[in-house]
Amino acid sequence: MTEVAGLAPELAGAKKGMGSKPLASASERFTSYDVEAFEVPSGREENWRFTPRRRLRGLWETTTFDAAPTVTVSEGATVETVGRDDARIGEGGVPADRIAAAAWSAFTEATVVTLDGTPDPVTVSVTGPGEGVVAAGHVQIRTTPHTVATVVVENTGSGTLADNLEVVVADGSTLHLVVTEEWADDAVHAGAHHFSIGRDATLRGVAVQFGGDLVRIVSTVNYRGPGGDAELLGLGYADAGQHLEQRLLVDHGVPHCTSNVLYKNALQGDGAHTVWIGDVLIRAAAEQTETFELNRNLVLTPGARADSVPNLEIETGEIVSAGHASATGRFDDEQLFYLQSRGIPEDAARRLVVRGFFGEILSKITLPELRERLEAAVEAELAVTGV
Amino acid sequence: MSTLEIKDLHVSIAVDGGTKEILTGVNLTIRGGETHAIMGPNGSGKSTLAYAIAGHPKYEVTSGEILLDGVDVLSMTVDERARAGLFLAMQYPVEVPGVSTANFLRSAATAVRGEAPKLRLWVKEVKAAMSDLDIDPAFVDRNVNEGFSGGEKKRQEVLQLSLLKPKFAVLDETDSGLDVDALRVVSEGVNRYREGGETGVLLITHYTRILQHITPDVVHVFAGGKVVESGGPELADELEKNGYVRFTQPAAV
Ligand SMILES: Nc1ncnc2c1ncn2[C@@H]1O[C@H](COP(=O)(O)OP(=O)(O)OP(=O)(O)O)[C@@H](O)[C@H]1O
Ligand SMILES: [Mg+2]
Repeated sequence: MTEVAGLAPELAGAKKGMGSKPLASASERFTSYDVEAFEVPSGREENWRFTPRRRLRGLWETTTFDAAPTVTVSEGATVETVGRDDARIGEGGVPADRIAAAAWSAFTEATVVTLDGTPDPVTVSVTGPGEGVVAAGHVQIRTTPHTVATVVVENTGSGTLADNLEVVVADGSTLHLVVTEEWADDAVHAGAHHFSIGRDATLRGVAVQFGGDLVRIVSTVNYRGPGGDAELLGLGYADAGQHLEQRLLVDHGVPHCTSNVLYKNALQGDGAHTVWIGDVLIRAAAEQTETFELNRNLVLTPGARADSVPNLEIETGEIVSAGHASATGRFDDEQLFYLQSRGIPEDAARRLVVRGFFGEILSKITLPELRERLEAAVEAELAVTGV
Repeated sequence: MSTLEIKDLHVSIAVDGGTKEILTGVNLTIRGGETHAIMGPNGSGKSTLAYAIAGHPKYEVTSGEILLDGVDVLSMTVDERARAGLFLAMQYPVEVPGVSTANFLRSAATAVRGEAPKLRLWVKEVKAAMSDLDIDPAFVDRNVNEGFSGGEKKRQEVLQLSLLKPKFAVLDETDSGLDVDALRVVSEGVNRYREGGETGVLLITHYTRILQHITPDVVHVFAGGKVVESGGPELADELEKNGYVRFTQPAAV
């Protein structure tokens, strides 16, 4: 669906301004590959109202980029560098906001990684362009039918990056995918993840947000045929001053598909901010859908803020189940006192609480090598934050 | 033999626009092997004393001393006090969502003992301690105190006591909220902890029924933020019969 911006309800609502929430139905979300189809947002739009515009280093309005990120892929997959005219580009989805469209309109080369029953995990390393440089990137990951594959996408380095990650899961295939944001302190990353799930295909996704000054990931899940199953897990840890934003739309447009979303964020320090927006849309055609989404946030210190907006839109009564929940808890002084009163030092007490909090997600990761990779990332983050 | 000394302890809390003195000069000495009961009316400051010993940040010690074997306790952090051998079974144990009881107990034992207990022995030890207290083994997988009933929380406090084996235990109304059977089980737990004759207990209670199970050496009456009278077990019986009127009337203070 490509329309002009003026007709998009959320932008129309924004034009009316008034600072009120221009809540639009996710079913009418405006999408386009072309940046010029989007107006520069005012900041009051539903999908921009949490994002600190001044910290985006120009991404808010820019259409030009200085560079591309460095993308390297470990062995075990077919890797191609293709132009924007490659027929496969766009199979994953269409940008739904101006920054994603700007990156899409600007990239010159995309990396296409094809997994053809790859037994060992394949690592895709995306390295930022360096401090002070603004880059646009494009990566597509695709499986072949009836295969199983495991991929870790690691985002590291410095600088500012806007990019699109397309994930095309072929019919009957299973993809285990971990995407980590392990940026240096200066980094700004506005990314869009487009998941397209084939008939009887399975996606087991984990999104990890640890590093960077500002990270905003907009994820969209679409199903191409019945029997699709998407599990999206997320864990984030925001330190002082960090803005970590996760926006998801799971778009159930075909029958007999499943989605399961569980995101957990821990926050610590002054100005630590997480945003989680979870939209699940069950369209009229999507009978027998089964979906659940949950966001939990753990605020470890005063001065941190977690925003959480789950949203479920159901256009058919013929579903198996649909639910959503969100809760933000505080690690308070009484809990700290209690743990300390049993001999546990303050830093160990915090680690205990954070490990326990993330443990629920880690225990859901069935592949031992992926779980170990993530446990290592959690421990590294705990060491960095000095809890 | 260990000694816990509390000397002329004054404690205040912050209230809107100032501070309020709750403890007004507490004097108390407990030796290892002794059990002291503290009884006193609501609001007299018993829990405040317990929290001050444990080092709760809300309670500010304005003067006085707490010494454990002659060492200044007040300069220690909360966790240092616990590692030095002090334990507080709380009147209102705290829920810690996200942390399993198993994980918590092991972390606490590791901290207090100075090394991680050997896993195989530890699992046995916890199982035995739980069965002694009639606690369902499934509790180890639940989050610390989360959704536990009042009585279940109290059992958990005594479970921790039996695993951490402190030099001195302050039990703040551990008996309240327990049914008759639970009271017996919990009392037996405390008595096992006293068994060696080395450990000291400061037992805060409103009721003599727990004193039927756990015989105190000394009973203190607490009123107006300090100990106003001390005696033998017979003092508890008198309090049960006559209440605290004799100690709370202005003339008696
Ligand atoms: N955090 C606090 N904020 C305000 N007032 C407090 C606080 N803690 C204690 N107090 C006050 O201090 C006084 C003593 O309270 P404390 O809890 O020590 O009494 P107690 O003897 O344990 O009572 P009870 O028998 O009801 O348990 C009470 O008047 C109480 O209201
Ligand atoms: Mg009390």
